[in-house]
Amino acid sequence: MRDRITAFLVLLPSLAAVAIFVYGFIGQNLWVSLTDWGKNPAQALALRPELHFVGLENYLELFTGFVDVRFRQSVVNLIFFTLFFMGGSLGLGLLLAMALDRGPKGEGFFRTVFLFPMALSFVVTGTIWRWLLQPQGGVNVLPTLFGLPPFHFPWLTTRQQTWVFDWNQLPFYTALAVGLTLLYVAWKAHREGERKRLFWSLLSSGVLLVWAFTLGRTTHLLPYPEPHGFSLALVGVILAAVWQMSGYTMALYLAGLRGIPVEVLEAAKVDGASEWQTYRHVILPLLAPITLSAMIVLGHIALKIFDLIFAMAGLDYAPTDVPAIYMYLLAFRGNQFAKGAAIGILLLLLVALVVIPYLVSQLRKEVRR
Amino acid sequence: MGRFFLHAFLLLATLFFLLPVYLVILTALKEPAKITLDTVWHWPEPVYWESFHIAWEAFRPKFQNSVVLALSATALSALVGALNGYVLAKWPFRGSNLLFALMLFGMFIPYQSILIPLFQFVKAIGLYGTLWGLILVHVVYGIPIVTLIFKNYYSEIPDELVEAARIDGAGFFGIFRHVILPLSAPAFVVVAIWQFTQIWNEFLFAVTLTRPESQPITVALAQLAGGEAVKWNLPMAGAILAALPTLLVYIFLGRYFLRGLLAGSVKG
Amino acid sequence: MRKWFLAIGVALGLSALAQTGKLEIFSWWAGDEGPALEALIRLYKQRYPGVEVINATVTGGAGVNAKAVLKTRMLGGDPPDTFQVHAGQELIGTWVVAERMEDLTSLFRQEGWLQAFPKGLVDLLSYKGGIWSVPVNIHRSNVMWYIPAKLKEWGVTPPKTWAEFLATCQTLKRKGLEAPLALGENWTQQHLWESVALATLGADGWNNLWSGKLKFTDPKVVAVWETFGKVLDCANKDAAGLSWQQAVDRVVQGKAAFNIMGDWAAGYISTTLKLKPGTDFAWAPSPGTSGIFMMLSDSFGLPKGAKNRQNAINWLKLVGSKEGQDTFNPLKGSIAARLDSDPAKYNAYGQSAMKDWKSNRIVGSLVHGAVAPESFMSQFGTVMEIFLQSRNPQAAANAAQAIANQVGLGR
Repeated sequence: MRDRITAFLVLLPSLAAVAIFVYGFIGQNLWVSLTDWGKNPAQALALRPELHFVGLENYLELFTGFVDVRFRQSVVNLIFFTLFFMGGSLGLGLLLAMALDRGPKGEGFFRTVFLFPMALSFVVTGTIWRWLLQPQGGVNVLPTLFGLPPFHFPWLTTRQQTWVFDWNQLPFYTALAVGLTLLYVAWKAHREGERKRLFWSLLSSGVLLVWAFTLGRTTHLLPYPEPHGFSLALVGVILAAVWQMSGYTMALYLAGLRGIPVEVLEAAKVDGASEWQTYRHVILPLLAPITLSAMIVLGHIALKIFDLIFAMAGLDYAPTDVPAIYMYLLAFRGNQFAKGAAIGILLLLLVALVVIPYLVSQLRKEVRR
Repeated sequence: MGRFFLHAFLLLATLFFLLPVYLVILTALKEPAKITLDTVWHWPEPVYWESFHIAWEAFRPKFQNSVVLALSATALSALVGALNGYVLAKWPFRGSNLLFALMLFGMFIPYQSILIPLFQFVKAIGLYGTLWGLILVHVVYGIPIVTLIFKNYYSEIPDELVEAARIDGAGFFGIFRHVILPLSAPAFVVVAIWQFTQIWNEFLFAVTLTRPESQPITVALAQLAGGEAVKWNLPMAGAILAALPTLLVYIFLGRYFLRGLLAGSVKG
Repeated sequence: MRKWFLAIGVALGLSALAQTGKLEIFSWWAGDEGPALEALIRLYKQRYPGVEVINATVTGGAGVNAKAVLKTRMLGGDPPDTFQVHAGQELIGTWVVAERMEDLTSLFRQEGWLQAFPKGLVDLLSYKGGIWSVPVNIHRSNVMWYIPAKLKEWGVTPPKTWAEFLATCQTLKRKGLEAPLALGENWTQQHLWESVALATLGADGWNNLWSGKLKFTDPKVVAVWETFGKVLDCANKDAAGLSWQQAVDRVVQGKAAFNIMGDWAAGYISTTLKLKPGTDFAWAPSPGTSGIFMMLSDSFGLPKGAKNRQNAINWLKLVGSKEGQDTFNPLKGSIAARLDSDPAKYNAYGQSAMKDWKSNRIVGSLVHGAVAPESFMSQFGTVMEIFLQSRNPQAAANAAQAIANQVGLGR
């Protein structure tokens, strides 16, 4: 019994530290985000600033305020960055792993080469790629070495956007997306014969879709149209991020591929499956859990991305802005601490949305074992 | 045919991964006046080593900061992680699993969401602008991952060993000292490499919590590269210096490095 | 008599020698601007050899990185002993209103600075009955740079108005110059904007904008954005990736004809690029602003709670002295804030600027902290981004007015 108490006491400092540094600070940050810290310049940088409670005003401003258009673009940027970065790293990582799995000569060398960027910091990667992506140098003049004309893509300096949509349509699109997802859940529930789940998902999906096509079309967040889209300047950032992280997914997939029992592959062969069919129906499904883990890890890296963009494009450049950058800019340059805190909370919610279900499922698995 | 494509693909991928490195070295070895955009890929003529010298002079204090920071934070964090992992794996109590999960969440939070309070806290305890403040912060936010790695590792050690030692009359620390610790070397290596790399490469805390004297190298590099009239030989030489320690770790201890990478994700 | 002098000399010398400890000077002067600061520090060390000077510079983006670092330090209750800050609202609207600075009025009296500096400048440094920082230099924002030989080659002359500029731009484009105007990252675009605005609104209009009498949504101000948009069409498309020096380089290399930049560019072109002012390279007031001197001034203040207060005060004394200013400014490429400085120490550009400083109408710069508080300034970058993205003058004007209301501009 004494040992049990000792054990608990040994763990206690860490528990306390995490309680303060993680949960306590999140709480305090939440409080700051509900105040007016930064609105009054005389208080913003005072040694002991007086704060007043203003409720959700900061959040409201971020989503509907005139000047915070930059925040909204940064959210759009973040979503596109996350999607392409995850897609790129998973895709390239899988291809690399599949290639290495075939045991080419010099496998060890290739593995080392593909993985080494993982050892670098995002700051180093950003500095390198900033130089590599100079519009009139670097990658763009590479073809001239072979007597070809240079590329002209302006990389980080472009302001072009594609897939532009009106921010006012956001409620509609959100309701549509969630509604359709629920519809899919309902369909699955139907196939699995889960009556209760079918009923509830069908109901909520119906409500959302009806709302989307009636009120949703006329609910406007802003009194004027505000276009946002995929900022092409992000392409360079995504490229650099994929360069750094695809070795990681390769390592994961390679471990997964090597872990597939030979008998399973043999069985597929005996059944007359072609190589492609084996990949499609045997190997990829077996790699699904790895894909999920990788998605969680990459996803939360993407949502937190800061240093890479700081090093590649600086804080001032809106086309590559993400909320983490904008938060730093607002708080530590514009003295808008409360609004910065609000962005921090929003980021946390976003990450929690991805991570908590994963943590819970992992924990359940553990308990079941 | 398949082999041909395989090798062509691998070659292409190798180029994708190595060309940036080639350009970095090339640029670092050029005289500043000779760096022009249309000749970036040309070999430096003559080779100019001075950039490394200048960059090293400029970075040496920051480099030292990074060394002190990464080594001490790593050591502390490994110690904390070993003890935590030992408790959670071998002395679980009611609710310990839940506490562990709550702890793990700390690994994933975006640090922007605690940055302002953290900043105020570090300032309040008088550690703002010092290396010690940064070390403390890294040790604390490292708790989840190091605990995870040690817990997973210690779970593989048979309970019978602990049980046997207990019957022999060993207590909590005795078991740790004589049974667990001798078996822990691989976990320590994994944690040390992981934490060292993470802390060496970290930027956000470093840029928010330090003053110029206590800045680690990542901050210095970002400021140099984002600075005025970028002559690219210096940032490139600086990037090489900033990357060298973690690269060396990776090259010589790659196996353990990989294990650290995988620790956070493929478990169970 | 001589004995007296000796005694005073010894006393002074002793007091200087007695001065020990440290002095931390925080600034964003590194790289090309570093030597000027180092010369000033050397002078300080001659006077106070016992003091260890810590030269804390944070480079990048005309001080934006430095300001962020300064902010974290001040918030952290760890102020440097003295720091560089733009004279005017940047200091007042950020630090003075937050009661973080010491009033320097008595120092100004004691050193006779109330007479040494022009009254307009002292007014800019004053707020609520106090004077808050010591100006070390004067820079001019509205300057256009070019290479006379190149212009001759192209057969154009420096334009006098923005209309002329746009016409010249078309001529140059026809001659195959892709981007006649060289432009750099975000803040240099704002810098260009303030020259366009000054030309469009005139000195009075410009001042009214900052006192709140003229609204950003006024058609006259909207017209600024319209002209600005046309001017941007003459500029390089990769602006966002260039520092101001790299933009200047384009002009020197003949890849562009003009660059609008503050007169620190003169220092860069003559010192770093080794071109001769007046012959190899030349300048003119930016189009439409002849006779107006848009000024900015770097200054040093004394934060409350400075750890080495006396050393910092000695530094301020040096910064405001004739010797200090005439050591610093010729190297920095700026002119002295004092009226009694020695023209012989300055190059051709400096002498021409000194003449203008004494004869022109003086207004303050926006981008460089003179006329608007930091809370406006930092968000004006966002206004610029809104305009660059949408190219919609009305949207930019609305955004600017929204910020002006939010920070209470002119109140």
